[in-house]
Amino acid sequence: MNRVGIIGIAIAAVSAAALPFFLKPFGIYLISMWVVLTIAAIGLNLTLGYAGQVSLAQGAFVGIGAYSVALLTQAGWPYPAAFICAGLLCFGIGWILGYPALRVQHHYLAFVTLAFTTLVFLVLRNEEWLTHGIYGINGIVRPTLFGWSTNGARAYYFFSLGTLTVLAAGTWWMLRSPWGRAFIALRENPIRALSLGLDTRRYTLMAFAIGSMLGGLSGALYAPLVQFIEPNSFTLGLSFNLLLMVIVGGSGKFFGPFLGALIAVLLPEWMRITEGYYLIIYAALIMVMMAFCPYGVLGMLERALKAVGVRRDPPAPALQAEGTGL
Amino acid sequence: MSAVLEVSNLRKSFGGITAVDNVSFDVREGEILGIIGPNGSGKSTLFNCVLGQLTPSAGEVRLDGKVTTGMRPCDLNRLGVSRTFQLLQVFPQLSVRDNLILAGQEHKGSMYSRLIGRADAGLGEAADKMIEFFRLSHLAGEQAGALSYGQQKLLDAAMAFMAGPRFVLLDEPAGGVNLTMLGLLRERLQAYHAERKATFVVIEHQMEFVMALCTRVLVLAEGRLIAEGAPADIRRNTAVIEAYLGREMANA
Repeated sequence: MNRVGIIGIAIAAVSAAALPFFLKPFGIYLISMWVVLTIAAIGLNLTLGYAGQVSLAQGAFVGIGAYSVALLTQAGWPYPAAFICAGLLCFGIGWILGYPALRVQHHYLAFVTLAFTTLVFLVLRNEEWLTHGIYGINGIVRPTLFGWSTNGARAYYFFSLGTLTVLAAGTWWMLRSPWGRAFIALRENPIRALSLGLDTRRYTLMAFAIGSMLGGLSGALYAPLVQFIEPNSFTLGLSFNLLLMVIVGGSGKFFGPFLGALIAVLLPEWMRITEGYYLIIYAALIMVMMAFCPYGVLGMLERALKAVGVRRDPPAPALQAEGTGL
Repeated sequence: MSAVLEVSNLRKSFGGITAVDNVSFDVREGEILGIIGPNGSGKSTLFNCVLGQLTPSAGEVRLDGKVTTGMRPCDLNRLGVSRTFQLLQVFPQLSVRDNLILAGQEHKGSMYSRLIGRADAGLGEAADKMIEFFRLSHLAGEQAGALSYGQQKLLDAAMAFMAGPRFVLLDEPAGGVNLTMLGLLRERLQAYHAERKATFVVIEHQMEFVMALCTRVLVLAEGRLIAEGAPADIRRNTAVIEAYLGREMANA
């Protein structure tokens, strides 16, 4: 990573820590939402951006995670146990959802996962004995951890930010390990990867399972944040929104989801000054952005930095290197 | 010389087309076996069946006497069987170095041990040596997609050798490679062969390359084995001249 990147991350980290002290409660709620959805977007970026498996199911996993935590805590489970359980449940379901990906790819896979999202929505809406159907679940309490109540807006923000930091660090570690290389190989050329000894089946299932687990953990933070969940929050719309975050931020780039979620959560709110037009303008902006920077905002930034010459040492000219035998 | 690989009565059909028709042969320990034949004669299909990319319709493949028919390519690869493909197959967005580390990383420890181990899976040095061996050192940090075709072809071959295989299939290694690069490639292959005593199978159209490199040649036409022998004999074989080489090559 170059110096510009490190400075950028340092500024972002300081801002994330300082922001809640300058914002009104709704502002804190919004950046909390950014933190929570970033976790789901990191998961999708792993499945889609790194491993190349198209998924329109991430919103469903946020839903499964949110409902798990809501139901389990109301059944008397301590929050940490419910949180872990939500993650494990989504890991398992994600693993199973990975099986179709062993047979179909690209838009076919998109439809498989799309159907799954619809299925989850229908279960949440129709299975009233379990999910309370369209009435949703009310009064989800924020946890008290080691005597620290996360009930306040600021406290819950920091709780979420801490969780994001831990999960992002774990993901970063995994992506810098040989697994990260294997996931990229899966995206770029699965047949060649298989011939080089990569168990592409197991890596594909892992990419789905871990990505889905992060979706579930995001949901586990989402439920206590909004304190009221209903099936309509976890429709295909959320899955598309998460997909948008990954693509707009920079698919297959570690910090892409952070930026993408920031844009997808905050941009519509900033556009509110235009009142009734804000969603129209937001949609138009996304179209323009996709047309001019298909590699996402991070991709665009990287190119801009390259253009002004901020880069590691330029590659040695091939001719010279061959001539001197270096 | 004992047989490393034994193929018996292998057949592969796609719908009504029989691409490989009852082919049997051995690959002997330490040889460089050439496979030639016209386009569509079933050379690549044959080896896709042998190495697990395709499931054969009938027949059996044995590696060191053990049946490997139907085994997955990744498991075969971990037994020391490696290959390249006819079309270029590198990972364009990984660096040259990462391409090579990837090609070796699955051979060490379990999948889960690699998660907590070193980022380069302890293969950094080996990758750098391989890069040097194939004279790509000045490009080590570049994305593979940024390399020239010939350089990618070298990298492609280098990846097949990264895990130190004892059996290597090269599917048209010379295709689209210029003469200087071709000389370098041949020299590298021979050096590896001499150093590791590995067994090679080379599918190739470039006859000079085959004649200079191979110790034995098999000829396929329309999915059948039509000839087998030393390169010089193959050159004079009338059936081979009819089916593939043409008069000019035979007289050359």
